[in-house]
Amino acid sequence: MSELRELYQEVILEHSKKPRNYRALETANHKAEGYNPLCGDHFTIYVDLQDGAIKDIGFQGSGCAISKASASMMTQSLKGKTTAEAEELFTKFHDVVTGHAEGNEENLGKLAVFAGVSEFPLRVKCATLAWHALNAALKGEQEAVSSE
Amino acid sequence: MSTVVKTPHQVYPAREFDVERVRGDFPVLHQKVHGKPLVYLDNAATTQKPLAVIEAIDHYYRHDNSNIHRGVHTLSERATEAYEKVRLAAQKFLNAADSKEIIFVRGTTEAINLVAQTYGRKNVGSGDEILITALEHHSNIVPWQLLCEEKGAKLRVAPINDRGELLLEEFEKLLSPKTKIVAVGHLSNALGTINPVGEIVRMAHARNIPVLVDGAQAAPRMKVDLQALDCDFYAVSGHKMYGPTGIGVLYGKARLLEAMPPYQGGGDMIASVTFEKTVYNRLPYKFEAGTPNIADTIGLGAAIEYLNELGLDEIEKHEAELLAYATRKVEAIPGVRIVGTAKEKAGVLSFVMEDIHPHDIGTILDSEGIAVRTGHHCAQPVMQRFNIPATARASFGLYNTREEVDALVAGIHKVREVMG
Repeated sequence: MSELRELYQEVILEHSKKPRNYRALETANHKAEGYNPLCGDHFTIYVDLQDGAIKDIGFQGSGCAISKASASMMTQSLKGKTTAEAEELFTKFHDVVTGHAEGNEENLGKLAVFAGVSEFPLRVKCATLAWHALNAALKGEQEAVSSE
Repeated sequence: MSTVVKTPHQVYPAREFDVERVRGDFPVLHQKVHGKPLVYLDNAATTQKPLAVIEAIDHYYRHDNSNIHRGVHTLSERATEAYEKVRLAAQKFLNAADSKEIIFVRGTTEAINLVAQTYGRKNVGSGDEILITALEHHSNIVPWQLLCEEKGAKLRVAPINDRGELLLEEFEKLLSPKTKIVAVGHLSNALGTINPVGEIVRMAHARNIPVLVDGAQAAPRMKVDLQALDCDFYAVSGHKMYGPTGIGVLYGKARLLEAMPPYQGGGDMIASVTFEKTVYNRLPYKFEAGTPNIADTIGLGAAIEYLNELGLDEIEKHEAELLAYATRKVEAIPGVRIVGTAKEKAGVLSFVMEDIHPHDIGTILDSEGIAVRTGHHCAQPVMQRFNIPATARASFGLYNTREEVDALVAGIHKVREVMG
């Protein structure tokens, strides 16, 4: 039960019910879809990239609580960041949810709440789906990406 | 020294269906998951194996392992006899007219691909149509799409209603002189709907159109009588009927199989080979190229024997009671909606919860030791029809109990508690 509570923390549940930046950006100049064929999670990430920095970011789609909360909190933590900073944060986030690094406020900020995912290997792809889509959007890939 | 063929499975006297006793036959059920007794409700994905199956495979490798249909030595003779006995058992189990109509394949998927690539390639041409239903598993969609793409043919799909039942009148309207084959599931893996396959066969045969039935979910749940059903092809998977993975059966009417080209070339499927001309072997060997999956075929034989011993009628009755009980209990939980409410239904309870994604349901149930499947169940068009990305699915087997249904219900309440 405690592991389950670690996974479904209040913050995560709250974001999944009221996702932030949940909109299609009209100003987006980068966009990509993330799709998890196994469970049907499907998100579109919209980015307004100006001079190598994320000026605005939004997302839309459907998925489980983990994938939706992750997308929501990702958009919050990336506004104003450069693409290099975004990539660096994704690497840290990935290391934490896969259990390769300890997650704490220092290295992940608010995203540290996802540390509990590492106890549920099957849910790693839920937590990283939006990030994979973001990566594809920044690289300008048009095809839907999968976290499989 | 003995020349007697030892059969790995004994003949048991018929016995009353006693679920507690039956559970004792399945070693895997007796374990804890996350500290809770395992409640295995993912039987539509694969069933667990009784000791008789595990021991039959073990016995084969310990005592009889040899290649079949060629050796003159004792082990080869034993292996061949054990292998061919299963063909007779499968024939009897499905009530096919002739054992040469039983082809061993890897599973339902391979069976359908075999028919699409042999019968289909020979008989379907540009502008022709293949008719399936909106209930199909991907394995009864994609092989036909591949064929349509190659031949310039068209895949037509008969619609279903909001209960998940085939609209038979619409199905009949889609039958036309262009229709070259009909392919339908007997029992839907995503919703549990039992299709009116008898009617479907009658309608198609009235227009001389052959019918393939995907029996993967039906074979372990109801008595299948192929001579009464009169379909032209029927496909089953061993692992969904308490047998091993990697083995299944394609039934085909001899008349059709005789006229079909082989699926794969190789050893065992030939009568003679020269570089100028190869003469194919007779049925069923024409369709069994290469050394087959002998051990798992023998495992399948033990599974069939096990099902015969319990009796499909008893199993059907037990699962029907369980499904009715589970449906009553689950639909009474606030915020839960059952997807697939066909009048004729078996084995499967698919459901969604408002605001809670099936994937989260699956994780929380697993923490209670309850194994269900979440996702699209390899039937994405079914999910699209109901405008949902996925469902949580409890699917029952002969060893499930009312207490396990109660555990599921408690688990669903837990989901609500955790997700708020």
